[in-house]
Amino acid sequence: MIRLEKRLAPSKRAQYLNPFLAVLLTMIAGGLMFAALGKDPIAAIRLIFFDPIFSQQFGSFSRPQLLIKSAPLILIAVGLAIGFRAGIWNIGAEGQYIIGALCGAGVALAFYPVEGWYIFPLMVIAGALGGFLWAMIPAILKTRFNTNEILVSLLLVYVAERLLAAMALGAMRNPDIAGFPGSRDLRRYESAHNADLIAGTGMHWGVVAAIIAVIFAYVMMTRHSLGYQVQLAGQAPRAARFAGVSPARLVVICLGISGVLAGLAGMFEVSGPSGQVRIDFASGYGFTAIIVAFLGRLNPIGIVLAGLLLGLTYIGGELSQMMLQLPGAAIQVFQGMLLFFLLALDFQTNYRLRFTKGARA
Amino acid sequence: MTAHAPLLQLSGLTKAYPGVVANDDVSFDIGPGQIHALLGENGAGKSTLVKMIYGLVKPDKGEMRLRGQAYAPGQPSDARKSGIAMVFQHFSLFDALDVAENVALGMENPPPLRDLATRIRDVSEAYGLPLDPARLVGELSAGERQRVEIIRCLLQDPKLLIMDEPTSVLTPQEVDILFRTLRKLSDEGTAILYISHKLEEIRSLCSEATILRGGKKVATCDPREKSARELAELMVGQLLTPPERPERPFGDVVLQVDGLSLASNNPFGTSLKDINFALRAGEVLGIAGVAGNGQDELLLVLSGELASPSDRVRLLGQPVGHLGPNGRRELGLVAAPEERLGHAAAPDMSLTENAYLSGAHRKGLAKNGFIDWAKTRAFAESVIARFDVRTPGPHVVARALSGGNLQKFVIGREIEQNPAVIIVNQPTWGVDASAAATIRQALLDLAGQGAGVVVISQDLDELLEVADSFAALNEGRLTPPRPAKGLTVDEIGLMMGGAHGMHAAEGTAQ
Repeated sequence: MIRLEKRLAPSKRAQYLNPFLAVLLTMIAGGLMFAALGKDPIAAIRLIFFDPIFSQQFGSFSRPQLLIKSAPLILIAVGLAIGFRAGIWNIGAEGQYIIGALCGAGVALAFYPVEGWYIFPLMVIAGALGGFLWAMIPAILKTRFNTNEILVSLLLVYVAERLLAAMALGAMRNPDIAGFPGSRDLRRYESAHNADLIAGTGMHWGVVAAIIAVIFAYVMMTRHSLGYQVQLAGQAPRAARFAGVSPARLVVICLGISGVLAGLAGMFEVSGPSGQVRIDFASGYGFTAIIVAFLGRLNPIGIVLAGLLLGLTYIGGELSQMMLQLPGAAIQVFQGMLLFFLLALDFQTNYRLRFTKGARA
Repeated sequence: MTAHAPLLQLSGLTKAYPGVVANDDVSFDIGPGQIHALLGENGAGKSTLVKMIYGLVKPDKGEMRLRGQAYAPGQPSDARKSGIAMVFQHFSLFDALDVAENVALGMENPPPLRDLATRIRDVSEAYGLPLDPARLVGELSAGERQRVEIIRCLLQDPKLLIMDEPTSVLTPQEVDILFRTLRKLSDEGTAILYISHKLEEIRSLCSEATILRGGKKVATCDPREKSARELAELMVGQLLTPPERPERPFGDVVLQVDGLSLASNNPFGTSLKDINFALRAGEVLGIAGVAGNGQDELLLVLSGELASPSDRVRLLGQPVGHLGPNGRRELGLVAAPEERLGHAAAPDMSLTENAYLSGAHRKGLAKNGFIDWAKTRAFAESVIARFDVRTPGPHVVARALSGGNLQKFVIGREIEQNPAVIIVNQPTWGVDASAAATIRQALLDLAGQGAGVVVISQDLDELLEVADSFAALNEGRLTPPRPAKGLTVDEIGLMMGGAHGMHAAEGTAQ
């Protein structure tokens, strides 16, 4: 018989070491997978982790891409991590991201073709509000009817995807180009365009927002009583009630913060790098951000590093698709493996396997 | 009795854990039919010793002989086969199953349930332990649950019965019933190893006592020939001074509870029914009761973790029933729940962080929501210093402290806030004698300064030591408080509900 036993004192060092080990194991397992697909594993790993930044040939294109891909991941993951610390599991950031994008784009398209300085700030507010409201659905259902926020937020992702498709093909479709799905290109609408702040660097408003969010989260978690309450509720729910923390209020705050940040990420994406409300707008940032949050140990600084790494795999994935004709799904498998190895390593730092004989104690 | 060959001989038993020697060269004998007490403070090594006898722990050194044969149980089932049974302090019973099913689950080869029910009835009648095999365990009182555990052991016809602090969950009347049973077992030749730190009980029940201190045997003596004080001093290794309580007049009513009822949201929890009492400044109200009679619920509804209609609870004249814990703290009411780890303190947080947990409001540890960690740390340090909490510093996590030290910290954290009213549940549970004395003295000092103190406890000796007035919780009802002076143990027992379940069982015994 195999038994699981909780370790009395899980090693602190392992906590910080595990993300690095997980990356290493993913490289090995991923290499094996690429070899099984008939590709040179070393070349593929190099293409994913190394070439996007250091290669002469691709570097100038992919270096700015790193910020573009990592910013939404970091922005979403910072919000998710706050909830995860409190034991509130928002798995539907992808949905909040989509709704944020739709609301932001909706404001822009409503004003088109009026130009004005106030349009972009209004879009930011609309994006944040959209993500917030979408996250309030699981929050209110949980506090009112004690539903499971994991299921509700996850299922709402699929509702959001339907809504995205309906908008891209219907209400938000570009009326000037008959026949093509997708909205007007916001990159060609100056007041709504989330352009690079310094041309050619990938440094757009979303990156600024991500930096602010990281600092905000760091200060909140270490200095503010709200961050204290979040950690207390996650570690010892009864002690949290003794400290006067209202569980319902915490659910609303945590889902609200992650909804706002995911909505902002969607809005910055649709008005900048993507430019259009399209059927294929959702690229899985909301789900990948869950990996980023855990890989970054739910710590704002760790999330920055993890976000850059996962951003790298997005770019590297595209490169390897182009150069080695690897299937696009392979990179998703790769990201999934990363989370899998991390969770497995964390599990074995917290528990120990015991092999016992069949006899009853 | 000593003329017989000993039933169980222990010689030189030693067991070390990393950093601590739990048992150091312990030797003594238990004769057949003897009721042998094992005395000692928490952490003296009593549990480790009986775990070795019961096969849960292997000794590092030393040997045991049972009826002259070498005895080295590898696991509890070996011990049971050799005729050794044990009743644990914490019951391993399933609330949703009935008595017979629970007994069957603990047996190696249970007979069919119908036969088992008959046997349970026979044994319970024979030993005066009334119990209906068809009742759900979730509906039983703590005393009745203990009977389930004892009968489960008796069905195996043991030669040695080990009992770990059996009376901590019983009313005085239930203790009498238990003692009659134990004496009967002893007359029939069953030896009993009786673990306790209640000295009067041991003096009335046991013919021999082994006293442990710091893992070593201090003495084996006849407890009937020693005074309770002599035994206590052997246990603690120092002279004990009873707490001082200066005479003082009571002030105005600081906490008033009128007709407070509260339905429990847990199916096996206890609902509070029509609670009434008034607590005056400077008064210590002791609330007795067997575990599970509403103590937890009473603490929650007084501390503010559970809300009630606002005028049911009045603090310094103000209705506060609707306020949460922090609203009440601001007005001067603090509380310390029974469960230290997980309720009064967060296990993985440092003492500084735990000082913030309940001290934030009254000590002004946050400004505009931003925590002043330097001030919080200073607060934690002052609690540590004043209550002699043994720890390397406030950065240590709560989990790393021993039970007694953490208890001193969580009670001290509340006392340091100079409250107008303090409510504590089981303030010295699992705490050694000197730490317990510190905590009781601090509560009395606080009352001396004019605070109202409510002590909820299952330890009658403790309540009689500190309380000015006395009430008992029984199935969610609180008896009217009476002056503690002059109350006899018998009267207290009746206030606690007498012997639970006697009536129901008399019906089944026919």
